[in-house]
Amino acid sequence: MQNIGSGSLPLFSFVLRRILQMIPTVVFILVVTFVLVRLLPGDPASAMLGDRAIDADVERINASLGLDKPIPVQFLYFVKNVFTGDLGTSIALKLPVTTIIMQRLPVTLMLTLMAALLALVLAVPLAFLAALRREQTADAVIRGTFQVGLSMPVFYVGILMLTVFGATLKWFPVGGYGDTFADRLYHLFLPALTLAFSFSAVLMRNLRSSIIGVINAEYVDFARAKGLRPRIIMTRHVLRNALISTVTLFGLQIGTLFGGAVITETVFAVPGAGRLMIDSIYGRDYPVLQGLTIALAVLVSLTFLATDIFQAWLDPRVAR
Amino acid sequence: MSVAIDTGLGLTVRGLTALFNTPRGMALAVADVDLDVAPGEMVGLVGESGSGKSVTLRSIMGLIQTPGHVTGKVEWGGRDLVAMPAEELRRIRGSEIAMIFQEPMTALNPVLPVGLQLEENLVAHTRLNARERRARALQLMNTVGIPAAERRLNEYPHQFSGGMRQRAMIAIALACSPKLLLADEPTTALDVTIQDQILKLLLDLRDRLAMSVVLVTHDLGVIAGTCDRMAVMYAGRIVEMGTVIDVFRQPRHPYTRGLLGSVPRAGAVRTMLSSIEGTPPSLTDLPAGCAFHPRCSFATDICRQERPPLLSLGNDRKAACFHHDRVAAAEAIL
Repeated sequence: MQNIGSGSLPLFSFVLRRILQMIPTVVFILVVTFVLVRLLPGDPASAMLGDRAIDADVERINASLGLDKPIPVQFLYFVKNVFTGDLGTSIALKLPVTTIIMQRLPVTLMLTLMAALLALVLAVPLAFLAALRREQTADAVIRGTFQVGLSMPVFYVGILMLTVFGATLKWFPVGGYGDTFADRLYHLFLPALTLAFSFSAVLMRNLRSSIIGVINAEYVDFARAKGLRPRIIMTRHVLRNALISTVTLFGLQIGTLFGGAVITETVFAVPGAGRLMIDSIYGRDYPVLQGLTIALAVLVSLTFLATDIFQAWLDPRVAR
Repeated sequence: MSVAIDTGLGLTVRGLTALFNTPRGMALAVADVDLDVAPGEMVGLVGESGSGKSVTLRSIMGLIQTPGHVTGKVEWGGRDLVAMPAEELRRIRGSEIAMIFQEPMTALNPVLPVGLQLEENLVAHTRLNARERRARALQLMNTVGIPAAERRLNEYPHQFSGGMRQRAMIAIALACSPKLLLADEPTTALDVTIQDQILKLLLDLRDRLAMSVVLVTHDLGVIAGTCDRMAVMYAGRIVEMGTVIDVFRQPRHPYTRGLLGSVPRAGAVRTMLSSIEGTPPSLTDLPAGCAFHPRCSFATDICRQERPPLLSLGNDRKAACFHHDRVAAAEAIL
């Protein structure tokens, strides 16, 4: 689609403004993470020492972690460290948190990305089919199937997939994460499909109803009156306008998708950030938990940024 | 702009009927409409909202989709548009026959630059390359009187004023030099001064491009100022037809008479404006006999039992009224 010329200048300033808006968001994320972790019950020193905790040891550890300093000072140290890429050391694994996260996060990213792509691949054509055959058999079957997907909890869908395609049919591995890229795609397919199932249901329903709304618009009639080819009417005029609201939903749901990854990774034993988060919660591994929360929150706000930019590109009125 | 065919015959519509399957039953939106449009002629189609004038245009263009169903004949260059396969009709739409809509704000796609919406017309019907398309687009913008065309082609519909948007839509419709322009209330959404400019533009284009125009409107003033012939529609049927001068001078149908009586006129003695009593009938539940009889002061028993046929009254004049003589003889309302 040609979309250059004078249209690109407002888009550029929109992107710039939108990036600046991220600064307060990031500050807010840092404050909330810092406070939340300190509100959690239990303290890291006791967690590290277990039953053998004596006051002297607890104090020594608290001092080494800087936990004996006043809260505002702790916060300033925290901010400084975050911006220098130092998220502390894992209590359980005795490794830098940054290193651990860099190891685990890509797995979750790949899983989420695959799930998002699968969801789109499922949702877009089916939404079109359902919208064009509205109130007919195809529509009913598509909506019925997705309704089931939407009502089942993620972990249950995961266990079903695992039982059917993993254990019984043996088409896919029942867990783990491969070594080569292709092997990883293969390992992550079932977990991604699990995540995509309910996600695509939400997208499909939304896209279907916006296609139905758009397809009766005057500009679609005008496009038909111009004698455009049906394929162009459907993509350029119908899909592009229908996607505007779905893109917003897609962006908002990405956060949910990260949350779903936590469950899915547990069910499929995928060594991703979701598993790491569960482990660090059980182990009171504050630094890891804190680092992960920041990383995921920043990722989600980056997704929102990308969503807004894509939306502004789709609909020039947004970037005005 | 595709294959040169003989459109010298103009448009011939015979028995055009549009039925809609609605939850309240079958609605007869257009019933048995016959209409001829000669080359270079401007024909007005007038009536209240819901009288079927817009549906008539959309049926001619083949834009009616389920739950609507169109029957009858729309002959154009010796071919029947109603019976034609979809792909053949697509090639005619936008190239030989073009259409403009009432509200350019909703008829133009809000997320695409105006230039793209114009050029995609050329992509669909011509073999012009990108540079030639741009040149043609600039030329069209000049034709319809949009200044700073180069810049405006890259702008979006929301950046245009109402009048400029309607000009842009006309430019898009004219892209492939159509022989027939169907205009669905093109000035209704515009304020009066802009209305006048757009009508002048249409007249001027008709003359310069030797194009036929069917102008749908509920505004008799628009018809009087622009059209050669006119047809009056009521409840999906044409009830009166003739040259604009004849119809205005001596209406032969009580409905036309009522319409003319409800328009204020400059220069005449000030009198009360008369309005037509009652409301148009529901299309799913038309009255028996003449659809207009419940609102008609000329109605007699026969009007309540039989539907009056559209009779030729000579001199290219038609009316569907048993009492057209009495209507014609009634005291002049103007």
